[in-house]
Amino acid sequence: MPIPSEVWVPIQLTIELATITTLSLLIVATPLAWWLARSRAWFREAVAAIVSLPMVLPPTVLGFYLLIALGPDGPGGAIAGLWGARTLAFTFTGLVIGSIVSSMPFVVQPIRNAFAAIGDRPLEVAATLRASPRRAFWTVALPLASPGLLTGAVLGFAHTVGEFGVILMIGGNIPGRTRVMSTAIFDFVETMRWREANILAGGMVAFAFAVILSMILIEKRFARARA
Amino acid sequence: MSHDETIKAAFKGMLGKFSLDAGFTAPAKGVTTLFGPSGCGKTTVMRCIAGLQRLADGLCVVRGDVWQDRNGAFLPTYRRPLGYVFQEASLFPHLSVRRNLMFGAPRRDGDVGYGRIAFDEVVELLGVTALLNRSPAKLSGGERQRVAIGRALLSQPKLLLMDEPLSALDRATKDEIMPFLERLRDRLALPIIYITHSIAEVERLADHIVLMEKGRVIGAGPLEDLQSDPALPLAVARDAAVSLDGVIEARDDRYGLFTLGVRGGILHAPASPGAPGERRRIRVMAGDVSLARERPGLSSILNVLPGRIVSVKPVDGNEVVVVVALGADGAGARVLSRVTRKSWELLGLAEGMSVHAQVKAVALAPGRGDLG
Repeated sequence: MPIPSEVWVPIQLTIELATITTLSLLIVATPLAWWLARSRAWFREAVAAIVSLPMVLPPTVLGFYLLIALGPDGPGGAIAGLWGARTLAFTFTGLVIGSIVSSMPFVVQPIRNAFAAIGDRPLEVAATLRASPRRAFWTVALPLASPGLLTGAVLGFAHTVGEFGVILMIGGNIPGRTRVMSTAIFDFVETMRWREANILAGGMVAFAFAVILSMILIEKRFARARA
Repeated sequence: MSHDETIKAAFKGMLGKFSLDAGFTAPAKGVTTLFGPSGCGKTTVMRCIAGLQRLADGLCVVRGDVWQDRNGAFLPTYRRPLGYVFQEASLFPHLSVRRNLMFGAPRRDGDVGYGRIAFDEVVELLGVTALLNRSPAKLSGGERQRVAIGRALLSQPKLLLMDEPLSALDRATKDEIMPFLERLRDRLALPIIYITHSIAEVERLADHIVLMEKGRVIGAGPLEDLQSDPALPLAVARDAAVSLDGVIEARDDRYGLFTLGVRGGILHAPASPGAPGERRRIRVMAGDVSLARERPGLSSILNVLPGRIVSVKPVDGNEVVVVVALGADGAGARVLSRVTRKSWELLGLAEGMSVHAQVKAVALAPGRGDLG
């Protein structure tokens, strides 16, 4: 039974979106998490709270502000102007930006916890062994925090795949451009195409199961290796 | 290269409610112990020397190299050629023993401490050859601490800092590591600053000692001088002792005895392996030394040494601690004698008087030089 392209294209788009979002998040969230874990600045927790906002806000609220920010009158419009477009809303680039914001806390939090759990000692040891702060970060902090990075990446990927409200607000559900799995399911259900909805929904269930199982197994493996 | 062969350290400041004002100068060779009760600021001083902690009012100069001064100069830790052994081994759990050992090793030859410390030498000295490919998680406490010491040494330090490296270990493991520390001291021309609150470790390892109490330095100098200074707590402690460095002059295998020459006298001590000319450290407890005005006649006590009373100090209850300088002229090493106030008065002893010190027991500090 071939999978119709109306089902297949959203799947591809979703994987693409989640992959780009996760990689961008690792690059952005790792230094941010490092700063949150190590800094003694008084405004540190305020920054942490801002980063965590998407976890608590209704997706429609987040989507509303993102829509304004990405639209022609917001900074997103100005950026889009660089390549002659009018807006970032309703574009794939817009979806990536929105996903980065809405998935940020799910990536930052585990990485921050992992950095904090290392404590000062390994970094002090590295410094007494002539390792510059940069070298200590790459050769000690990052490897020791790797379970946290992995958890963050998996959670960020999974959350991006599952995001619905924000995507709908800023993406517009345009087939082939911004229609991802979660919005496609909504669409199929609205038009009573149960078979397609079933394939996607069942696929999501299997994916969620695989994510949770692999995280548990990864955690166990690390725990064993460090025991 | 500078000719300033000292380590100067002085730090002053508040850390929370703790006020630190500690300074000392120690020779840049041998083992200098920072000794004092828990919470007296030893670790803080060491962390300041390493640059792990920064007090604005601080000075740290090692062999003429300024690591910190009061004009704001401050070398970050990773630019200071030191090795640091923490109380817990703190090995990197994600690296094998070999890669832990090599973590701080210079990647280029050139900028190394004097007398390069070779990988094979350290591995052999510390007995970790069989462990190289293991993960730190699979090592015993003693093995971990040995790897941590090796790792610090292989970073080619010009100064080795050790913060109670034995305190987290059980007695058997301590006994296993102590000989390694003694070998280190004797084989490597590397100054060591060593924190401990164990007088036994001081007596075995120290050449120089810095006594600390409540954030202050209350005495600093060669071990022997401080042990026999009645103004300091060491000499008046119940288990007070002096450590004397001697040279084996002869050995008498018939009776299993060494004849050891110390400054101002000759002592007999139970023999251990070793040939004439080698150095041995012995420990003479104050309670094992009695005093006589005349040279006693026949006695089972072998060690009777002429000396001169330097000072006397009453201690708890009815005893006095007497400092005796060995040698008829009183120019030799100092020993302590703890006698009752009654004997002191009956014998009519006084400062400056010539006496004979009878030493009931002489303990050879185990290990020193044994494994050279």
